[in-house]
Amino acid sequence: MSDKGGYIRQGWLVLVLAGCFGAALAAVHVGLGRRIESNKLGDTLRQVPKLVPGAVEGRPESLGTRTVYRAVDSSGRTVGWVLPAGGGGFADRIELLIGLDASAETITGLYVLEQKETPGLGNRIEDANWRGQFAGRSARRRLSVTKADKGGADEIQAVTGATISSRSVTDIVNEAVGRFRADLGASRQ
Amino acid sequence: MSKHIGQGDGPAPLERLINGILPENPVYRQILGICPTLAVSNSMESAMTMAGAVAFVLLGSNLVVSLIRGLLKPHLRILVFTLTIATFVTIADRFLAAYMHEMSRKLGPYVPLIIVNCIIIARCEVCAAKQSVFTAAADAIGQSLGFALAMATIATVRELLGFGTWFGLAVMPKAWPAWVVMILPPGAFLALGLLMGAVNWIAAAWAAKSAGGGEEAKKA
Repeated sequence: MSDKGGYIRQGWLVLVLAGCFGAALAAVHVGLGRRIESNKLGDTLRQVPKLVPGAVEGRPESLGTRTVYRAVDSSGRTVGWVLPAGGGGFADRIELLIGLDASAETITGLYVLEQKETPGLGNRIEDANWRGQFAGRSARRRLSVTKADKGGADEIQAVTGATISSRSVTDIVNEAVGRFRADLGASRQ
Repeated sequence: MSKHIGQGDGPAPLERLINGILPENPVYRQILGICPTLAVSNSMESAMTMAGAVAFVLLGSNLVVSLIRGLLKPHLRILVFTLTIATFVTIADRFLAAYMHEMSRKLGPYVPLIIVNCIIIARCEVCAAKQSVFTAAADAIGQSLGFALAMATIATVRELLGFGTWFGLAVMPKAWPAWVVMILPPGAFLALGLLMGAVNWIAAAWAAKSAGGGEEAKKA
């Protein structure tokens, strides 16, 4: 069987199907991509009051090359910021929303916008208890992940059995917060 | 393996359809697709969304595989099945993200995990790769109904006992103490085990009865 024709003769159907299916998925993405993005945007705006205490709505603004959300209270005063951020997780991309206070000194909240981590282990990064660990941490210093029962001021306790997912989230937060502080500093000079 | 897997005959379309619902129910009789059955059956809403997504993927994959069955190379067929299934799953996943955003977040990775749901690859192998498009479609519909029936029965038991609701509507009396265990993973095993036992017990009783009546016994 193996000497009957080359690889192309054996596998042409797989190649043709892969091409057709790829085109079909591209079409689906073109058709639905905008709607999916607007769902995410709606989700983001709904989360703003939960991520920043005192905020009633978020206003998109571009800072550097990215979009951030200025969280304002009912009188229009800036009470904080919400940063969309993403990066690689254990299984697939993780997308987060990070709440900061007005001076970008303290993290006020964290929300998982999208994740496909292992059910029962990595997907516990969505648990309010675990996410809640980030609130109140200083945005000046990098956070790290610990497996110990009690963490220090800059340590996040890993989800049991999901150290990689925990570390991915923490790295995404560190990176996004660091960059935001730098961009904010630059824009104020 | 015969070279012409495009030919061959099997059960007729109607038989395929009926078999899928109860006699060869994917969950209760074949014990396939247990991952989503256990994972998303704690509410009717998520169970029926999963059943709908599986039905779409199963119908799509069965149709495509049946259409190209004459071209399949025996040693590459599983690759083609997986490629086809993954495409339909991705379409279902994007559709849910676009039109049922909340549900898509709730089901999370279980929608992409339909790719490895054995019900679908089993139907491609058992029926679609060997039978006509019409039979493959009837088979997909029958198996999808069977899967939906299993999901509905398990989710009904779990949601009623665990939340006191059905499709989110309060059904049980206010005094009902919600059995939290039924919502949690152990409840999935309890409900599945007891229902599977009941279905098989009833099927065995029917088979015995029809055998006793001199009719042809349905094989289990």
